Amino acid sequence: MTRGEFSVFGFQFSAGEAQEDERATGTASGAVEESDSVAPDLALDGLDEPERYELHEAPRYQFQLDRRDVLKTIGGGIVVFLVLRDSPAQAQRGRGLGGRGNVPQELAAWLHVDEEGTIEVYCGKTEIGQNVRTSLSQAVTEELRVPMESVRMVLADTDLVPFDAGTFGSRSTPAMLPQIRRVGAAAREMLIDLAAEALEVGRSTLTAADGIVRHSASGRSLTYAELARDKKLTKTVAANVALTPPAQWKVIGKPALKVNARDIVTGRHQYSSDVIRPGMLHGKVLRPPSMNAKLVSADVEKARSMDGVSVVRDGEFVGVAAPSQHAAEQALDAIGAEWTSPRESSVATLYDDLKIEGGGGRGGFGGRGGQNTGSIDDGLAAADHKLSATYTIAYIAHTPLEPRAAVAEWNDGKLTVWTGTQRPFGVRGDLAQAFGIGQERVRVIVPDTGSGYGGKHTGEAAIEAARLAKSAGKPVKLVWSREEEFTWAYFRPAGVIEVNAGVRNDGTITAWEFHNYNSGGSAIEAPYRVANVRTATHNSRSPLRQGSYRALASTANVFARECHIDDLAHAANIDPLEFRLKNLRDAGVRAVVEAAAKKFGWGDSKPPADHGYGIAGGTEKGSCVATCAEVAIDRADGTVRVVRLVTAFECGAVVNPLHLENQVEGAVMMGLGGALFEHIEYTDGVITNARLSDYRVPRFSDLPKLETVLLDRKDLPSAGAGETPIVAVAPAIGNAIFNAVGVRLCSLPMVPEGLKV
Amino acid sequence: MSQTIELRVNGANRPVDVEAAESLLNVLRDVRHLTGAKYGCGEGQCGACTVLIDGRATRSCITSVGDCQGKSITTIEGLEQDGNLHPLQTAFIECDAMQCGYCTPGMIMSGVALLERNPDPTAEDVTRSLGGNICRCGTYARIVQAVCQAAAARKGGGR
Repeated sequence: MTRGEFSVFGFQFSAGEAQEDERATGTASGAVEESDSVAPDLALDGLDEPERYELHEAPRYQFQLDRRDVLKTIGGGIVVFLVLRDSPAQAQRGRGLGGRGNVPQELAAWLHVDEEGTIEVYCGKTEIGQNVRTSLSQAVTEELRVPMESVRMVLADTDLVPFDAGTFGSRSTPAMLPQIRRVGAAAREMLIDLAAEALEVGRSTLTAADGIVRHSASGRSLTYAELARDKKLTKTVAANVALTPPAQWKVIGKPALKVNARDIVTGRHQYSSDVIRPGMLHGKVLRPPSMNAKLVSADVEKARSMDGVSVVRDGEFVGVAAPSQHAAEQALDAIGAEWTSPRESSVATLYDDLKIEGGGGRGGFGGRGGQNTGSIDDGLAAADHKLSATYTIAYIAHTPLEPRAAVAEWNDGKLTVWTGTQRPFGVRGDLAQAFGIGQERVRVIVPDTGSGYGGKHTGEAAIEAARLAKSAGKPVKLVWSREEEFTWAYFRPAGVIEVNAGVRNDGTITAWEFHNYNSGGSAIEAPYRVANVRTATHNSRSPLRQGSYRALASTANVFARECHIDDLAHAANIDPLEFRLKNLRDAGVRAVVEAAAKKFGWGDSKPPADHGYGIAGGTEKGSCVATCAEVAIDRADGTVRVVRLVTAFECGAVVNPLHLENQVEGAVMMGLGGALFEHIEYTDGVITNARLSDYRVPRFSDLPKLETVLLDRKDLPSAGAGETPIVAVAPAIGNAIFNAVGVRLCSLPMVPEGLKV
Repeated sequence: MSQTIELRVNGANRPVDVEAAESLLNVLRDVRHLTGAKYGCGEGQCGACTVLIDGRATRSCITSVGDCQGKSITTIEGLEQDGNLHPLQTAFIECDAMQCGYCTPGMIMSGVALLERNPDPTAEDVTRSLGGNICRCGTYARIVQAVCQAAAARKGGGR
């Protein structure tokens, strides 16, 4: 498998028990099939969203939850199913994800009011720290008119929830939130109907609030529990349910605390890595010494003779399961393996490697993008100043604090896996394929997960744990070590960006040419007015395995663009804020740029000596962000300290201002790491900084003064907010460094070794 | 070679049969089934595994269980008493000082140790004292706020 290609991870296990014989000989069969198995007709051509590489590993089929099964399992009460029919979202998903265009009805979510009045809502989203569990609970609470405590969201259990493509692309809020509201609103109307019947009054005389339907004229009322008791009612509704208008919101738009915060602060919440099953063993997997090394032989006899140890040798896969982690490590250490290593790449040639075009095809990260208006030559000829620059973007690691982890258990040929992934149904498909079984025999359960940031779209640990459990005949837990997470997960794509632009002394941008190699096309279109524009993305053969990362390539593209815009402003001798406001054509970006500048006090004072101010903005995924930065440079030791970051963010109607502000702050802090110091180093196919003592992430000591301005646009639909706030951090800091010391830094990270001035 | 080690965790003494070299973190999680302390790095760099040993915030992933005999260990599970949260747990909830929450137990244990030592820390004290704990979601500002809020609550009569 070429590392740059993002195929189903790892292994296609051999069928049956034939591998047992191979194992005994201790040599590789060499017959391992590469599971390069994304169905060819799923090549996603021209989908305008989400980014195509987010959907790369689509499951082959989607099996719909059988609604009759749902009724059998839940007992009494009231159930509302929400189906999507002929909606754009459905049509798109049908095209892109194995539905092959002909899914007549797609179940989006369902809601159950049980006979005690408890509300359970089932949907396929995963909770990875973005607080979707809370925002969806708010949506139910708002429309169903119940106390928040009576709502329980059942998320991401493939046996219980409707199919969902995954939690990515900032889609949960714009796509799932309205659906959850609809299912809640439909249930409320159903309860009012039932109350009207029971009380023998007109339904318009009834009101629903706090889980009770009241008839104010008579003072009579019925609780939802009373209405649901001894019932077995179902209703299927489509997407055209009337929703509570924003002006009447009582819960949405208001701060709400994390619904399961108590479980978190008491340590009671069980992440995948915390799941314990009876008789469970602990797994470890043998890893190659370098990215593309191939196994020649493995002597597993000593390991197999160890007490309670189960060893699996299945093609390229070698792993152990043992009664304790310590024993598993000892067993793994006892395996003698020989490898052949091909010539492998090093970070020293990364940016040259990425400029070799044509390595892409499937797995390329060109993505969308491609404007071509006017003539760049004419535009440059009309410019007073012509500026070109090359920007480089390093690979960085998501570094979720919970590494990839899974617990796998086989019962009567059915596989259950608890694992942290943003694509539970995708991982179900991967597991079914790896083991050659039907998806109906695989259940993936995703406990609220120790973060993802786009880094957990895959199910590597799930597949490995399941393979070990299959041989051991017992449940197996596999938690990747930090080193494994740094080495064998995937990275944010590295990239090379070339910009060539012209500006007139009056601040008119006359030409804008922008090429992104490898990192992708998100936010590649400039929000500025320019007559002559050419933007393009170019596929490369990535030396390292790469995939989605919070905000995708927006961070890279906005970095290059906003730094270059700053240089154009400088060339024209115009204030960077004034220059942007003169040229911005996007009203949303303009609003956040103005809001951030106002809060920052842009232009009110000159920065102190060796301090600098910078500003940047951008738009992506339906939301707009602008960041103002103040930095301080210590010329003696080269330290760059970010003193202050002011962020203005607009994502339509705010759902939960508390969690939104938290998301913005978190994205900004994460962006600070990629801006200043985070980068992956590798030599001859070996990641050389695969530890937290070597790979620096933002810490308390990096915390600047953070200020956030939220622009609440009740007139606009709510957009996602987990990603976009990261995009303007790096260029704002870069522009502030330029302002402070007159040095333009064109590489992310900008100052991994400090700044020499 | 496994041996019997008397381990006092959250006030309860219990012998465990383990190898003395096994990490305290693994024993707490896999033998005692106290999974509040988390694995994050295995080299004491992230603080997710932090527990209190005789009141001191300690990285359990790089502490051998053999070194813990006779000492008093407190984990995140031991903070809540009779259904009452420690003021710092309450402050974490109220300040929304978490996102994914994976770092939270370690943060709280480090914060509790700080408050025991310094009941009235400044924001700089918190930043310095918790400097070895990583929150990859980036909720640092809220964690500082939570520790300061808990300090104020304790002065007002909390634990």
